[in-house]
Amino acid sequence: MPSNPITTEERTLPVTESKEHITSPSLKGNASELRDLEAGLDNLQSDTGRKHGIEWKRVLLPVAALVVLILAWQFYVSLGFKRRDLVPGPLDVLTQFVTMWGEGKVQEAVWTSLQRGVIGFLISVVIATPVGLILAQVAPLRRAFGPLISGLQVLPSVAWVPAAIIWFGLTDATVYFVVFMGAIPSIINGLISGVDQIPPHYRSVGTVLGANRLQMALQIVLPAALPGYIGGLKQGWAFSWRSLMAAEIIAVGGTIGFGLGSLLDQGRLLSDMTIVMSAILLILFVGILIELLVFGPIEKRLLQRRGLLAGSSR
Amino acid sequence: MPVVLENLGKRFGDGAPVLDDVNATIAQGEFVALLGASGCGKSTLLNIMAGLEPPTSGALEVPSDGAAFMFQDAALFPWLTARGNIELALQLADKTSTKASRRERATELLELVHLGGAGDKRPHELSGGMRQRVALARSLAQDRQLLLMDEPFAALDAITRDLLHDELERIWKETGRTIVFVTHNVREAVRLGQRVLLLSSRPGRVVAEWDVTEEHRTDAGRAGELTGVITRRLREEIRRHAK
Repeated sequence: MPSNPITTEERTLPVTESKEHITSPSLKGNASELRDLEAGLDNLQSDTGRKHGIEWKRVLLPVAALVVLILAWQFYVSLGFKRRDLVPGPLDVLTQFVTMWGEGKVQEAVWTSLQRGVIGFLISVVIATPVGLILAQVAPLRRAFGPLISGLQVLPSVAWVPAAIIWFGLTDATVYFVVFMGAIPSIINGLISGVDQIPPHYRSVGTVLGANRLQMALQIVLPAALPGYIGGLKQGWAFSWRSLMAAEIIAVGGTIGFGLGSLLDQGRLLSDMTIVMSAILLILFVGILIELLVFGPIEKRLLQRRGLLAGSSR
Repeated sequence: MPVVLENLGKRFGDGAPVLDDVNATIAQGEFVALLGASGCGKSTLLNIMAGLEPPTSGALEVPSDGAAFMFQDAALFPWLTARGNIELALQLADKTSTKASRRERATELLELVHLGGAGDKRPHELSGGMRQRVALARSLAQDRQLLLMDEPFAALDAITRDLLHDELERIWKETGRTIVFVTHNVREAVRLGQRVLLLSSRPGRVVAEWDVTEEHRTDAGRAGELTGVITRRLREEIRRHAK
């Protein structure tokens, strides 16, 4: 390194600092060398996309867990502590299931419930999204309605069933009303908490870039809040599915069709545990299926694109 | 159009003033480095100039179309690609622009910061230096005469920072922007600024000013000397608060 003409005053500074000055004015090298240096750093420091194949552990572990659970169930039943008609074994339930499938009962119940659940959920999304966005963006409205929305989320939506039956009778409207009352508050809450978690500088950037209120809401706040919003949607689906089952169990007859809840209630009336168990397992199965096929992939893709998935145990 | 700050003051609530009687004039096309210790209100001053916060007293004159702003962390939107981030800035700056024209302009800007091949990457796939270059391209996309930069290279490693200094200087010369560059790094201030303003701490006020001439740029010794002088003055300013 060439020595630097240092003035007497300068010696009072620590040596390291005055050495630094030598390279101060600009980087040595011609323009193309600098570009190569830059390109080299870019390649070294940026993420090279890693591709994954199918991870068998993800498929095999849950299947293994399921097999273990069924074996434990069978083992418990074969010990013979309880009467077989009160606690049927896996094979009894499977036989009943196959019989009902043959009669077309399973398909009808799943289709009726799933259709209602999905339609009710989608309408809830359409209602809850703008409401949630407005509440999150307008502070006085949020202060006014926030506690009410949180309260509604805690209130079990089954509590609306008697009111709905009085208002709408035994029709589909009753079922949908209960689904709405379950799903809408939780989607709104999810969206609001998603908005709360947005790093504040995103809004500053939006302001600096010249976004007006609507652009801020739609192009910055909504996408930034998307992870929380998806969480809210997931919870909203869970609430609508639960509320739907509750409504179907309580409100039977009239023009209300035959859903999974109705199947469950029928099993109770007939005192047939195999029907009851089949219905419970079907309800559970539909829930798992929706999570695996709809929400899981959406969430994973969303987090992956934002680089938020590294190190998670998904 | 110059930027004029006149007796500018800022306090938050009833607290002690953060900025007090700040006076400065910045000519069009000038590159000014605003230097100060951490916590001296540099960022607050920049926010006021950007219109993000109102001053509590005094007056300021900035171009009527506002200012472009570059933050310390790149603050890119993670749901958009590098190109998408730039295109969003273009769209918000000019609502009437067409998609094709935005795409074309974004490509130009990416080329300008030497990131032509990285347009489709997402922020988390880029290095810190690349993110800052995308952020620089985004602030240029705003097409404002005044560009405010808040310690944009503070979190970068030394080699990357040196490269970005060269790049910023080149872009400044190519685009003729007025740049106010906030930093606490004396070397960086001397390296980049045509003029270095020193802001005191609590309250922040412009207490000293140095011109960085062409001679300082070509002669490492002269630059080192000036850096030494400014460093001593800055340390003096910090030591005042020891008591």
